[in-house]
Amino acid sequence: MTGEVAVLGAGMHPWGKWGRGFVEYGVTAARAALADAGLEWRDIGSIVGADTVRGGYPGYVAGATFAKALGWQGARVASVYAACASGAQAVAAARAQILAGLADVVLVVGADAAPKGFFRPAGGDRPEDPDWLRFRILGATNPTYFGLYARRRIAVHGDTVEDFAQVKVKNAALGALNPYARYRKPVSAEEVAASAVVADPLRLLDICATSDGGAALVLSSMEFARRRGVAEPVRIRAVSTVTPTYPNTVLDLPDIATDSAAAVEPATGTFRASIARAAYEEAGVGPEDLSLAEVYDLSTALELQWYEDLGLCGEGEGAKLLREGATAPGGRIPVNTSGGLASFGEAVPAQAIAQVCELTWQLRGDAGARQVEHARVGITANQGLFGHGSAVIAMR
Amino acid sequence: MVTGWFAGEGDDFTLLGTRCSACASVFFPREDSHCRNPGCDSGDLVEIPLSRRGRVWSYTDSQYRPPSPYVTDPELPWEPHTLIAVELAAERIVVLGQAVPGVTVADLAVGAEVEVVPGVLHEDGETVWTTWHWRPTGVTA
Repeated sequence: MTGEVAVLGAGMHPWGKWGRGFVEYGVTAARAALADAGLEWRDIGSIVGADTVRGGYPGYVAGATFAKALGWQGARVASVYAACASGAQAVAAARAQILAGLADVVLVVGADAAPKGFFRPAGGDRPEDPDWLRFRILGATNPTYFGLYARRRIAVHGDTVEDFAQVKVKNAALGALNPYARYRKPVSAEEVAASAVVADPLRLLDICATSDGGAALVLSSMEFARRRGVAEPVRIRAVSTVTPTYPNTVLDLPDIATDSAAAVEPATGTFRASIARAAYEEAGVGPEDLSLAEVYDLSTALELQWYEDLGLCGEGEGAKLLREGATAPGGRIPVNTSGGLASFGEAVPAQAIAQVCELTWQLRGDAGARQVEHARVGITANQGLFGHGSAVIAMR
Repeated sequence: MVTGWFAGEGDDFTLLGTRCSACASVFFPREDSHCRNPGCDSGDLVEIPLSRRGRVWSYTDSQYRPPSPYVTDPELPWEPHTLIAVELAAERIVVLGQAVPGVTVADLAVGAEVEVVPGVLHEDGETVWTTWHWRPTGVTA
């Protein structure tokens, strides 16, 4: 396949609330990925950073920040902002450079130091910004949107809050096995049920936290990997960066309303489903080929939605798939073997990169106690605010 | 702040959207400069009132105080508010809004009918900031 790039290295900074700056997390992750690849920073021809807010600057920079911290060495540089999809789009930018022959080996880094509590828009009166408006007019935090989706699933598909809690139980058990996860304790369904309601019907333990964290990848051309003696690297086969199709009829963050379907019939399938479909088409694989999936479990209920959007089961069958144990370790298609955001929390520019780190370790057979046996193909699924698709398919 | 998003009082209160005069696509919040239908390049959008009644698509509440720019008095205990996403059949659109004060998630069901009414977002020394609220039909409080 001419469209493939090799994953030579993966690295992370442990996630948590460390109280340090994002540069430190990113550099730690970058050095870990370089060491994993057996490369020196000077060997890297290009660096792509997934952006975060750099205090004091009217914008978002990351690539050059990490390059400076690692030591200026003249590498090509790019910075990418796509909200929660920033990491996947950084991977996409790196891959495009490699496939275009602009660089042989690229370092991709994402890191952040997240604020405590709810995410909120930047300061100032900005009534042109839908994200500002939904807070200002409705007090609609991210968890309230997760609550809307969860309640809708209960009403339409018959999911129960006990189903949602079982997602947390599954992911917490996996996170307990992951040294990079922030939360490393098993959680029981009783503990989920005893936690405070945040946005009905979801409780504190149904919703992912905000975190500090960093993740990095070293990507290269297949030819570069061969020259380095890596005959069978983990390969990235697809990166989905699609936008929605008008009319987008599922209410989504940060919007106050959907598109109207009054004049144009909606396409078959939702935006989230189209993210996966684009990745499958690009990779030439389908859901039946997957060994594992890392999905964006902002809430427990949303993980069940992803099962359906990835085609792991039919519409409305997500909770059934969970109850059967298909998405648990040893099941047909384990989901969030890393522990997911339930165990990591959100460090926005890093999380889509962290998902690819987990695929890499799983596909190499290096995932330790959480290893999926004979893992050959994995998908990540994620979504960036304002309509940024995000999925990556990697294979061994 | 949200000029032209709603108009009228009492039973005449409505949300205001816009409709493309070329393809008839409807927009809320209002789109005034360009039609967002990718098959349409019109920029001629006219203001329309949206249906006053719709059906609950989903609902939730905010048990914790939202951060700014939502305006609350940190001196007062937080009173959770309810949010309702409402399907308007004629416009085939879902519009999110707060429920009228006093309506909780226990009062709601997916598919139930609600209507739009004027409400108060907050008051400061000089201004009463009005907004829209969704209210279950048959409730007059």
